[in-house]
Amino acid sequence: MATPRPAATRVFQNRAFLWLCLVATNVAVVVLAVLLLSIFWQGFGELDWDFVTKSASRKAEDAGIKAPLWGSIWVCAICALTALPLGVGTAIYLEEFARRTRFTRIVQTNILNLAGVPSIVYGILGLTAFVRMFGAFGSNLENAVEFGSPESLFYLRLPFGSSVLAAGLTLMLVILPIVIISTQEALRAIPSSLRSGAMALGATPWQTVWGITLPAAVPGIMTGAILAMSRAIGESAPLLVVGSALFLRFTPENLMSEYSVLPLQIFNWAQRPQAEFHALAAGGIIIQLAVLLTFNGVAVLIRQKLQKPLL
Amino acid sequence: MKTARIAACAALFGASTLMLAAGQEANLADLRGAVKIDGSSTVYPITEAVAEEFGNAAERVRVTVGVSGTGGGFKRFSAGEIDIADASRPIKKSEVELAEKSKIEFIEVPVAYDGLTIVVNPKNDWCTSLTVEQVKKIYGAEASAKTWKDVNPAWPANPIKIYSPGTDSGTFDYFKEVVIGKDGAIRSDISVSEDDNVLVRGVAGDQNAIGFFGCAYYFENKSRVRSVAIDGGKGPVVPTVESIEDGSYAPFSRPLFIYVNKASAARPEVAAFVDFYLKNVSKLAGEVGYVRIPESILSRVRANWEARRTGTQFIDAKGEAVHGALADVYK
Repeated sequence: MATPRPAATRVFQNRAFLWLCLVATNVAVVVLAVLLLSIFWQGFGELDWDFVTKSASRKAEDAGIKAPLWGSIWVCAICALTALPLGVGTAIYLEEFARRTRFTRIVQTNILNLAGVPSIVYGILGLTAFVRMFGAFGSNLENAVEFGSPESLFYLRLPFGSSVLAAGLTLMLVILPIVIISTQEALRAIPSSLRSGAMALGATPWQTVWGITLPAAVPGIMTGAILAMSRAIGESAPLLVVGSALFLRFTPENLMSEYSVLPLQIFNWAQRPQAEFHALAAGGIIIQLAVLLTFNGVAVLIRQKLQKPLL
Repeated sequence: MKTARIAACAALFGASTLMLAAGQEANLADLRGAVKIDGSSTVYPITEAVAEEFGNAAERVRVTVGVSGTGGGFKRFSAGEIDIADASRPIKKSEVELAEKSKIEFIEVPVAYDGLTIVVNPKNDWCTSLTVEQVKKIYGAEASAKTWKDVNPAWPANPIKIYSPGTDSGTFDYFKEVVIGKDGAIRSDISVSEDDNVLVRGVAGDQNAIGFFGCAYYFENKSRVRSVAIDGGKGPVVPTVESIEDGSYAPFSRPLFIYVNKASAARPEVAAFVDFYLKNVSKLAGEVGYVRIPESILSRVRANWEARRTGTQFIDAKGEAVHGALADVYK
């Protein structure tokens, strides 16, 4: 039997570890605080109603962020509305229904690998699959198959071309692995006694998932969704590949509209030679943070509404 | 009721005659449709300025401008996805072949100059002018200078700190081709940034630094960095709006282009946009930090555009790229 170490050493080790953790936490918080402060310092003066209602301009004082703001909202909304059902569905199937076969193992490994693929690769995939649809409808948009009038809200066109829908679906590909993996983790954290209890009372697998497992997993799923959306809203590389514009004077009016997104506009302003544009970039970053917080606020709200205590 | 109708007719008639009198401006306001543009981020500020002004005159035309880069823009252009490609260099042979394959004819339109400016720190009091050969000594992979003394024996033996734009940029491509030639390489022990503002900060903070970027960045930062006169064989010339415009700042003045799809040019909104571009680019290019093309060349550009002359003048009959000043190459 080893002799216990003196109490003083153990207390010191305990303290040291506590301090180490505190420093680690504070490094992250301080860096973030400095970043936010400098951005707000630079960009707060730019923020007014004109900034969000005006289009891009060569004159910094006339420039606004209307088109990229609405473009980002459309693209991210499409991304969230497609990625969440698909991702959560996949995770439920893999965790709750699928038997462990060679096939599901391959799918599982694939998903883990896809989570680490650089987003520009998804851009190339999106370009082929959504923007050009493998050239199945010819390369020129004039040969596209159209449904409805281009001015209506329900206008559709095949191939999608460089549209908000193609961009939203491309971002969906980017975040899908994140959503699936985090949902799986959330489902795995639910004690199996809950499922057994439901089954014992005669619930079908479907009733068990819908009534017991899923509500208990909602907080974890929504945390994953928040992380995934935060990534989606900051992506610019895949959107450049699928043909996002930068200058436009109109906002999307249907799924086939051209668009721009906030990160592209911010980057363009930040690399301009004129210092006035750098302040605009800071203003753009504040707007982007606001959009991100709004999306995440919705996720938090859903979490609050759907969450059921486990008891 | 009847009088109201007559009044309305009269008003309509009056309005239509007014519109005729207003000529082109009124026609622009009636235009509809879309003009899709993509390509170089260097040309973007000019096209953005034109699109902004055009949008004020022709409110119902949906103009979109992207920044996929010159190469990315030509790819979309050859796929028929866009009407106009912004380019910070002439089209390459491979890109011409790609366009031919998809039966796309194009009209080459030079729109402005960018002057690559070589800059040093304001505290650097020795290097006031450089020959192209000396620039090669500094930037080339072979026989590269370690200190300023290696470039010119009269200069101090301070180590040179070298800055350059990203190797993917058109700015870098042009610089490399002029200084080293097509097959040479730029040395690898240099600081590279995709953001030219980083280069400005780097050179501004180090007495022994040298860097280069488009003249727009120099014009904005004249107090922080000093430009070096370039001796292209006819004595040292400082980059200014005048020396870049008249071509005496050689060989670092480079033309910027837009390439227009000929089939798109048949659409009234695209034709009106390019007309508007050529009418206003001289003024707008200066406003966003670039240099206008002299009227003597711009009149040739307009004539070629009016005649819808297709093809590039920067590749000769043997398929070789043509180098030289815009005034000599572009007819």
